Amino acid sequence: MMLSSEGRNRIAVAAPDAGEHEGNFPLVLLRALRALLLVLAALALPLSLPSIAKSVRPEPQTSAEALLNRVFEDIGRQRFDAALGHIEALIRARPNFRLAHLIKGDLLLAKARPLATLGNAPNGPADRIVDLREEAVARLRAYREPHSSDQVPRYLLQLLPEQKYAIVVDTGRSRLYLFQNEGGQPRYVGDYYISTGKRGALKLRAGDQKTPIGVYHVTSSLPRKKLSDFYGNGAFPINYPNEWDRRQGRNGNGIWLHGTPSDTYSRPPRASDGCVVLSNSDLDALATHLQIGLTPVIISEEVEWLSVEEWKTERRSFLQALDTWRADWESLDTDRYLGHYSPSFAANGQDRDAWGRHKRQVNSGKSWVKVGVSDLSLFRTPGKEEVVVVTFSQNYRSNNLSNVMKKRQYWLREGGRWRIVYEGAA
Amino acid sequence: MRTALQLVALIVGFAFAALSYPQSDDLQDISRLMKQGQHTQALDRVNQYLATKPRDAQGRFLKGLILVEQNRAPEAVDVFSKLSQDYPELPEPYNNLAVLYAAQGQYEKARQALERSIRTHPSYATAYENLGDVYTKLASQAYDKALQFDSGNSAAQTKLSLVREMISGTNRPTRTAARTEPAKAAEPAKPTVLAAAPRASTAGAPEVKAAAEPKAPVPAQTKAAPASAAKSAAAKAPEKQAEKGNSASPEEAIKAVHGWAQAWSKKDINAYLAFYARDFKTPKGEPRAEWEKARRQRITAPKRIEVGVEGIKVGAIDGNGATISFRQHYRSDSLKADSNKTLVMVRVDGKWLIRQERIGN
Repeated sequence: MMLSSEGRNRIAVAAPDAGEHEGNFPLVLLRALRALLLVLAALALPLSLPSIAKSVRPEPQTSAEALLNRVFEDIGRQRFDAALGHIEALIRARPNFRLAHLIKGDLLLAKARPLATLGNAPNGPADRIVDLREEAVARLRAYREPHSSDQVPRYLLQLLPEQKYAIVVDTGRSRLYLFQNEGGQPRYVGDYYISTGKRGALKLRAGDQKTPIGVYHVTSSLPRKKLSDFYGNGAFPINYPNEWDRRQGRNGNGIWLHGTPSDTYSRPPRASDGCVVLSNSDLDALATHLQIGLTPVIISEEVEWLSVEEWKTERRSFLQALDTWRADWESLDTDRYLGHYSPSFAANGQDRDAWGRHKRQVNSGKSWVKVGVSDLSLFRTPGKEEVVVVTFSQNYRSNNLSNVMKKRQYWLREGGRWRIVYEGAA
Repeated sequence: MRTALQLVALIVGFAFAALSYPQSDDLQDISRLMKQGQHTQALDRVNQYLATKPRDAQGRFLKGLILVEQNRAPEAVDVFSKLSQDYPELPEPYNNLAVLYAAQGQYEKARQALERSIRTHPSYATAYENLGDVYTKLASQAYDKALQFDSGNSAAQTKLSLVREMISGTNRPTRTAARTEPAKAAEPAKPTVLAAAPRASTAGAPEVKAAAEPKAPVPAQTKAAPASAAKSAAAKAPEKQAEKGNSASPEEAIKAVHGWAQAWSKKDINAYLAFYARDFKTPKGEPRAEWEKARRQRITAPKRIEVGVEGIKVGAIDGNGATISFRQHYRSDSLKADSNKTLVMVRVDGKWLIRQERIGN
């Protein structure tokens, strides 16, 4: 079958004898679809499908992202009609999922002509197309490189027994990972697409539209009815700026995990003023696991993953440092004890020298000291600086004073050694 | 609706491979009546014909076409859909159904009909062409939703131009109409030619634009000439109309179109904008400055732009105004788009300038 040279001519061509042509494939269409495939492949890098065995996908298969992943799989296997059917099913389930509409447009247009890119609306607002492409890339990447169950994030060194879940955010990948606490060891539960700060990560100043990087926790829950539609199904503020942020001179506030306005299923990867934004259904799913005042929220620009063995080694090595500090305190050898405090130590208006003087004075009145550490949690902060946030219940007993307090320390690894840079009541 | 009717009228080719007996004289007469615009008579005759041969596919198809000509789309849909039920192996009724659906904005139904048409004949070019446009329209609707591109004006604009886009394929047939019925050339907008090409028995038949040949039932003739004939007709049309107009020569206006496309291709934004008249009607009614700014952005953004014009057709011309339509091939490093474009031009101080620019014809 040949199209006439003036292929646009719409006058019906005389039907050839069916028998002669049945074997012919509509080559034009195949070419177009192949082009779309290439576009997606280019966006997603390796075309090989993820190994199902290694990946963990505990989400219910009805979630929007599961449906979208099915479309990606269809496209990867060149089942374009199935892809179109699945994207339509997704749109029925989530009519305001803009990216799904964009992909549907591409799947349709690919049948009409070869595609040069993802999102081929020639007259559409360019910035919105770019936004949706970025969302597509983020979601596609999550699909292509799913979380592997034998990997744990470096940050969750030790969870409290009552911290049933922990959240780790990857702003670079626009993903939020949920982990369950299994005897102190994090077990992957699921991950979700998120939007974060318009201007990236590492918040420094109020109004810089960046998402903070660090170790936080959920401080409260704001229900939908107390919020404007912009925040969707609810909000969970976190404790930015924490002690460490303030020490670094960072300011601003009002960093929340929150939902999405009703006019859209999701927002572009870089969209918020610093908040971490989830689709409403994902927020609802997440909300059931959040414990106010407890659930850790670790925000990184790029999650560092460790094998369980590596993670155990790191934890062991840190616990050793902590226990040495405890033992040195009990030993009443104040020099050795103060050796655990960094020259850059500062807390409660005291610098390292003032702290040292104070401790020497206190210790001089002691004949014995016992320090108990329990309810310990350890969170390594993301980023280049090696900082561990240590929170525990301190049971201090001595010849003339005993008390139990909740304590928080920031330990910094400098010159190959862990030292305390901040210490105070939690 | 008018446009839809043109579309159907023009799209139609009729080739009953399955029923290869020759068309009866009756049907030829009826077809001729229809082409002469005597629709009522044609309908009466075809009804009489069908009274004796109620299942006759060609007769029913012709009836569908007449109904389309008479703006009786729902009845035409009925005829074509029953025809497709009775003869599911024929691609044409599906195709025409699809065209009628598309004209009503029922693109999903149009798509289904065209896919069926292709299923009957996997190499049915017309259906592919139409399906391509239906897909494009559906894609465009999906994009609008994706991009929340629904702010009144722009959405309407998109829709409008895409409806025009569906007519695009009718350019040539329109000209064919002018050629086949010179007496009626004055109203080229209302093509009366309907297809009635019976099957071409030889292979390699796709050149049957001759489906629009008036003396259709002679298969041997359906192959050769039409393309060139249509072209020459196209070339002649403007001259003819120019005679009627004052003394304006279409060449100058056409030259301006080429100059405009060239400035665009060179990304010479100032030269490009200079082709727009002071009273240019911006596409969404936005202020001129805003439109210019957007154009500057669009034209400077790509590394390279290539704009080709093809099949220029001067629609109406008089001393100071001209309507020029053509197929625009736009290529840039990021986008490739072909569309039908119509420029409403005005002569100011001897220079042809664009007063209105439309996608579609």
